[in-house]
Amino acid sequence: MSELRQIAFYGKGGIGKSTTSQNTLAAMAHYYGQKILIVGCDPKADSTRLILHEKAQSTIMQLASEAGTVEDLELEDVCKPGAAEFDPEDDTIDGFIMCTESGGPEPGVGCAGRGVITAINFLEEEGAYDDDLDFVSYDVLGDVVCGGFAMPIREGKAQEIYIVMSGEMMAMYAANNISKGILKYANTGGVRLAGLICNARMTDREYDLAKNLATQIGTQMIHFVPRSNHVQRAELRRMTVVEFSDKSEQALEYKELARKIIANDLKVIPTPLEMDDLEALLMEFGLDEDATLDQDMIGKKAEEA
Amino acid sequence: MQNVENIVNGQKLFQKPEYQEVLENKKEFEGHAGATNPEKVKEIADWTKSWEYREKNLAREAITINPSKACQPLGAVMAALGFENTMPYVHGSHGCVAYFRSYFTRHFKEPTPCVSDSMSESAAVFGGLANMKDGLRNANALYKPDMIAVSTTCMAEVIGDDLKAFTASAKEEAEGEMDDTLIPSAHTPSFVGSHITGYDNMIRAILEQTNPTKAEKVVDEERINIIPGFEPYLGSLKEIKNISKMFGDKVVMIGDHQEQWDTGAGEYKLYAGGTSLEDTKTAINAKATISLQKYSTVTTSKLIKNKWKQEYKTANPIGLSGTDEFVMMLSELTGKEVPEELKAQIARLVDAMQDSYPYMHGKSFAVWGDPDFLLGLVSFLVEMGSVPAHIVCNNAPRKGWKEDMEAVLEKSPSKDECQIWPSKDLWHLRSLLFTEPVDFMIGNVYGKELYRDTGIPLIRIGFPIFDRHHLHRYSMSGYEGALNLLTWITNGVLDQLDEETKGIAETDYFFDSVR
Repeated sequence: MSELRQIAFYGKGGIGKSTTSQNTLAAMAHYYGQKILIVGCDPKADSTRLILHEKAQSTIMQLASEAGTVEDLELEDVCKPGAAEFDPEDDTIDGFIMCTESGGPEPGVGCAGRGVITAINFLEEEGAYDDDLDFVSYDVLGDVVCGGFAMPIREGKAQEIYIVMSGEMMAMYAANNISKGILKYANTGGVRLAGLICNARMTDREYDLAKNLATQIGTQMIHFVPRSNHVQRAELRRMTVVEFSDKSEQALEYKELARKIIANDLKVIPTPLEMDDLEALLMEFGLDEDATLDQDMIGKKAEEA
Repeated sequence: MQNVENIVNGQKLFQKPEYQEVLENKKEFEGHAGATNPEKVKEIADWTKSWEYREKNLAREAITINPSKACQPLGAVMAALGFENTMPYVHGSHGCVAYFRSYFTRHFKEPTPCVSDSMSESAAVFGGLANMKDGLRNANALYKPDMIAVSTTCMAEVIGDDLKAFTASAKEEAEGEMDDTLIPSAHTPSFVGSHITGYDNMIRAILEQTNPTKAEKVVDEERINIIPGFEPYLGSLKEIKNISKMFGDKVVMIGDHQEQWDTGAGEYKLYAGGTSLEDTKTAINAKATISLQKYSTVTTSKLIKNKWKQEYKTANPIGLSGTDEFVMMLSELTGKEVPEELKAQIARLVDAMQDSYPYMHGKSFAVWGDPDFLLGLVSFLVEMGSVPAHIVCNNAPRKGWKEDMEAVLEKSPSKDECQIWPSKDLWHLRSLLFTEPVDFMIGNVYGKELYRDTGIPLIRIGFPIFDRHHLHRYSMSGYEGALNLLTWITNGVLDQLDEETKGIAETDYFFDSVR
């Protein structure tokens, strides 16, 4: 058995992070026989929905608050096998996916970050990582807003971070911010940026923009996932594209991304951009090829330009 | 007012007429003065002693009243002070640390070195890294420790500060000043577990972060480690070391805080005694490790068993059979016979137990304290034919402890009269004492209110004890320690007997000068 690899998916909220991560992990299990544990680190607990074919019914924090303390929980209560082919008991494919969700408070109350810390400590203490797994994957909410959401990148946790982004300005800001978070921990620890995954929105010159941002922060755009209605069709059935239609073009995109992640050995300490440089990058690539943007156009209305 | 010629304590001071007058006048400003019917107050007070109230009290979920436990970092501080030239450093708020120092100092009547990096509101927002960098460097420059053992308060835990990354970068940026200082760190959130959890986390952190990995271990067949656990009785540590020495020089105590809180008059030294760092860094090489408090070393045991692949054993050398087990364990591990000196100690103890047996036999007790302490104490009470009727352990571990306690009680013919109360507090115990009274209580200083309330005599054994002096200097472990337990408890029983028969021409039927 090869060494356990711990990876994490970060990215701005609403970017399609959970969809991308689940489809990619599904492809890793489906086509390449990888054995995977998903740790959802988002109070919404929707990081495993497509694998389980339902929203996770019992999150670690929810059960802990019912039981009074996390120490009263058993691993089996919170760590569920994936549905159908992703179940370890199912022999259709070699790989499998186990699913667990940290869960957390309702919006506006409590501390979701502490929930992530508590949940990950629980999983480690209960030996969730001891099974013969190839990958542990953390799916982390939005931005690295506080210390709790940095838990997955602490020393001894995820070593490879994939940032899901798109060619929109805010997604790029977020990607750059997350790189700053990684940099903080990378200087003293083993965490590395392993690549940007561009989940295409089909904005202008998106491919170039993402590729350039990746180069500037010292990493690669590991894959450009085109937009496809297939994803939504599968998602409505609470399935990954890979499971829904494994010969489809979109499934093969995820297969390619899965292959690249498994083979990936470009892991770097990121060099995040200053705000000005980031804006300059957007100006350079953020418009049609024949349009240009000068400094004197800032703040001008469309009809004024 | 105080008179400089005759200073009195608060209790007597407030009896003076001028204070009595103030206290009387103050009632006028107390909201309920005259508004509450004294008879109603008495009625409710009586009701709180009833079975009906007891059932309601035991069903209580929302609050804990007088839990008789402390929080994680307190235990981490004790663990840290068990090592040579080590400064405990608490990453978090200042007030917590002031409390740890004063808590220990009130118990041991000795100063307690411990520093904090005083996180404030801005640290809560921006993270505590800046505090950690300055704090570690200052502590290192001012107090010149060889090791700084970092633990945390709730505040740092809630915001998710990453200790390993913080300590590493603080070290890196200290311009070489801290290159020779060991800085192990343990996350000790106060809202999880109790002081024994914090002790456990810190011992594990120190051992794990100062020792090499399993690949580099060189087994020393003669070396045995002993982890005492959260031990408030310094005499116990001394006694364990005495016994260990009889089995060889390489039986080493890991986390020995005895001298730290037992210094003499004269020039103050910041650090005293402790396990040498050399012994600490080579703990992995030992043939075996014995923990004397199974439930204070739960996570440490995982390091030793699973990562170090070292033999791990537990013993509880309180009372006769507990000490026997510990001594036999040492004898088997070292291959040495039990020395004559210990055999003589056993003989003396058994003799003394026989002398006192009539007084302790059949007496019922309510006891409370830490899980391992209770296992040892109850075992001793059972040996003396006493009935440990209420066993209250607020910080009882969820797994295994109750079963262990049942196994101890199994040896008692009165086991059906004994009840185990995990996770209950001293307000629960109050209800138990009123509905099912006992002859004596054994516990810490917080039993004082129960004594006033119920009139049941309190024999002070446990942690903390603020209102009696020097008890912590004695041992309750080993055969000598069992003699101390025997002395304290039996004399407590005899004191009470005298108290009950002191009425002149009423209960003083005869003059008991021999018992």
